[in-house]
Amino acid sequence: MIRVCTVIDLPPGEAVRILARVPIAVFNADGELYAIDDTCSHQDASLADGWLEGCWVECPLHASSFDLRTGLPNGLPAKRPVRTYPVVVVDDVVYVNTEAQQDVA
Amino acid sequence: MRTIAVIGASLAGLRSAEALRAQGFDGRLVVVGDEPHAPYDRPPLSKDFLLGTVDRESLALSDPDALAALDADWRLGVRADRLDTTTREVHLSDGSTLTADGVVIATGGAPRTVPGALALRTLDDAVALRAALTGGTERLVVIGAGFIGAEVASTARKLGLDVTVVEVLPIPLGRVLGPEIGAVCGELHLDHGVALRCGVGVNEVSAAGVVLTDGDVLPADLVVAGVGAHPATDWLAGSGVAVGNGVLCDQGGVTNVPGVVAVGDVARWSGQRHEHWTSAAEQASVAVRNLLAGTTAEVHDRPGYFWSDQYGVRIQFVGETHLYDEVRYVDGTPEDRKFAAVYLRDDVVVGVVAMNNARHFTRLRRQLGAAPLSTPAP
Ligand SMILES: Cc1cc2nc3c(=O)[nH]c(=O)nc-3n(C[C@H](O)[C@H](O)[C@H](O)COP(=O)(O)OP(=O)(O)OC[C@H]3O[C@@H](n4cnc5c(N)ncnc54)[C@H](O)[C@@H]3O)c2cc1C
Ligand code: FES
Repeated sequence: MIRVCTVIDLPPGEAVRILARVPIAVFNADGELYAIDDTCSHQDASLADGWLEGCWVECPLHASSFDLRTGLPNGLPAKRPVRTYPVVVVDDVVYVNTEAQQDVA
Repeated sequence: MRTIAVIGASLAGLRSAEALRAQGFDGRLVVVGDEPHAPYDRPPLSKDFLLGTVDRESLALSDPDALAALDADWRLGVRADRLDTTTREVHLSDGSTLTADGVVIATGGAPRTVPGALALRTLDDAVALRAALTGGTERLVVIGAGFIGAEVASTARKLGLDVTVVEVLPIPLGRVLGPEIGAVCGELHLDHGVALRCGVGVNEVSAAGVVLTDGDVLPADLVVAGVGAHPATDWLAGSGVAVGNGVLCDQGGVTNVPGVVAVGDVARWSGQRHEHWTSAAEQASVAVRNLLAGTTAEVHDRPGYFWSDQYGVRIQFVGETHLYDEVRYVDGTPEDRKFAAVYLRDDVVVGVVAMNNARHFTRLRRQLGAAPLSTPAP
């Protein structure tokens, strides 16, 4: 478990990037918190900088969108999913479990 | 349609083949490409691949399974020499002829060359250039401070070479990004110890080095030219397909000849030839839909976008810079080499540019076009 920030520091529509073993992006999508690999599965871009829309984040470099719930891309150029991580809130503090929920190749 | 030929097996050609199958075309699909390689990604050729941090395999635009699933006949290492639109035949360099009722022109661009200088467009060019850069070369001169020239200069600098960039225009990238941002791009070279000579042309590349129009000679062990590319339309001579700085198309990639569409760097859609990765990728599905429909059923009107990585700075741009009134910084400053700015015309955002600021870029590009800028002036 890694401490991310307090709940107030991650309002709806925002994202933060934390440095775990690999960088992880934590999003507040309309009140629901999600964590995924920060680095796009296509090339070198930070998904925390992307455009958040519903449960999807659009990569800021070539615009593949990733489903925050599953890590799956909606289409090219990304072909592989990113990993997703469990998020918990304890006493108004956001934590991420850095053991990936679902490992991908 | 029973047979469709895609000519050009790079980004635009591959995306067209994929779109044809995705949109239900189940006839015979032939892809002709004069390079011997399966479709690969060009942008890394001046960046990580040239630097040596990514290998050839990772450049692949598709994997063998996905390529096989397209059920296409790949004619790689074969050039289309001529198109006859009356008989609907494509004449290939191996002597064979291909008859197709639909043709997708995706032949991209061929680099303009300077005698005595290397050019960078293909994987083979990049392999040769990397060998030259890492083979004991000390002094490199890059002709042209456009994106490819700047990226090559940046990579060569990282590899430890002594680099000079020569640009004939007074400000690098001024025509694309405007003088203010172009000047910042010029400073990136200086930040990293690369010399920049602007406003001077090149007379010739001689044994002594690069001879400039003002008489100076820049000593060089290696010279690279990044002076743009012209659309690869030579094979269309006499075909009846209208050409003029690219294949002339409407806003949907449809040419003057029925059953022939054009996509990517070779295509001039409604007067505009975008020579960028994203437009090549996006145009394919639109042109293919129109090819299958036999008419312009869909148009592509998304603003042009590109990125460039140089000297550890990611530059992103979307929109256009034609006749803007003002560049307004919205976040950060050019001095920090981290900023996002908008180009305004009559207070409307017509372009967005950023250096190392994907976060603001991503948000600002949503303001393109319609609404006046909602951020107060600084
Ligand atoms: C070094 C480099 C770096 C780049 N970096 C960026 C970047 O950072 N960002 C960005 O937005 N864009 C970048 N680009 C531009 C981007 O790569 C192009 O826009 C894109 O490749 C266009 O794809 P295309 O398929 O239309 O053309 P191309 O990629 O040029 O492919 C055309 C293919 O057709 C083949 N061909 C040509 N004539 C014939 C013929 N008669 N018969 C058969 N085959 C033929 C060619 O050999 C080639 O394989 C870069 C380009 C280069 C060269
Ligand atoms: S880096 Fe994310 S889509 Fe290309």
